[in-house]
Amino acid sequence: MTSRISPDLPGTYVFDGPTSRRGLNMNKLFMSLRSETARTEFLADERAYCARFSLSEEQTAAVLARDWQAMLDLGGSIFYIYKLAMMDGLSMQYLGGVFTGMSEADFKAALLAGGRTDV
Amino acid sequence: MSEVIWGLATSHVPSIGAAMDRGLTSDPVWAPLFEGYAPARTWLADKTPDVAILIYNDHANGIDLDIVPTFAIGTAERYRVADEGFGRRPVPDVVGAPDLSFHLLQHLMDEGFDLTVFQELDVDHGFTVPLSVWTPDPGDAWPCPVVPILVNVIQYPQPTAARCYALGKALGRAIASFDGARTVGILGTGGMSHQLAGARAGFINPDFDAMFLDAIENDPEKLAALTREDYIRQAGSEGIELIMWLVMRGAMNERVRKVHAAYHVPASNTAAGLALFDNRVAQHA
Repeated sequence: MTSRISPDLPGTYVFDGPTSRRGLNMNKLFMSLRSETARTEFLADERAYCARFSLSEEQTAAVLARDWQAMLDLGGSIFYIYKLAMMDGLSMQYLGGVFTGMSEADFKAALLAGGRTDV
Repeated sequence: MSEVIWGLATSHVPSIGAAMDRGLTSDPVWAPLFEGYAPARTWLADKTPDVAILIYNDHANGIDLDIVPTFAIGTAERYRVADEGFGRRPVPDVVGAPDLSFHLLQHLMDEGFDLTVFQELDVDHGFTVPLSVWTPDPGDAWPCPVVPILVNVIQYPQPTAARCYALGKALGRAIASFDGARTVGILGTGGMSHQLAGARAGFINPDFDAMFLDAIENDPEKLAALTREDYIRQAGSEGIELIMWLVMRGAMNERVRKVHAAYHVPASNTAAGLALFDNRVAQHA
């Protein structure tokens, strides 16, 4: 009934406690981007904004390079990472394409065809 | 004495609200979804309760990751519609029902559910999209006051499905002992199968969803017995949101009548489900 550790499911990120610890500062940065003022400050000097939130060098590099996969690996929550993607005008389908090695159009087509039922 | 008159379970995908806000509901991509909602909306139109309770989760809008309440309740007079980063949805703020909130809080606490209390809360799409599914054109105000109950489904370990179902049962007893309303509507939100991140992103499981849609009516204990690993594996890492439907179901009678159900793939990356139940049906002796 209960479980002590998060499950290890292939191809699946389980946002557990240690992951959330690792990504806390980065996720807080992403959450701040809800406000127009914060987005303006971020875009004016992204590296300085990352430093203000005490991101690690790896996290900073991932954010600056828009390396979405690395953001997940470094403790990002998809709901928080999405704030940065939205700021860039990118959709959740675009991110889905990145994570699965598909173009956004192919990823959307797969969903429209009934979703990825075989993974 | 208050009575739950209906339960509405629905997905809360942000793009469902966006499609409504942008007038895209007749667009070929969206029309099948909204056609599926129509019979439920028609049935609900003349059954506005005195108050509603809506079970949902926040998505990085009203709550940060510095505090992650497992279960929580709002006790405010009003809840502002959140700005999720692209402006507030053009829908009314939510009027709360503090008297009911405090009644539920005390009753649930006495039953062993130690809820976190939100005295201020901005409600995001997880809350406003289900209200829009119920009431597409609210005008200046939603049909009735609404009390938010929040469940952590984002950060592992989420509460078990069994605990959500038990919370619903206690919620049902708490509602029954409230003198301040006659009729109550209850909304369970989230799901159905979907996964946003990882190599399995885009995962949809129509077989699991069909099983769930049937069992939420007829055999909720079966769903309450599933582990969180079962949900993540079979419904996807975000499909675990479905445990919130069990809070709604637990607050309803043992026997309910399905008024309408709808299922559509996709709403963005998600299998969108809706199930509407009439709670006023004859019970077994």
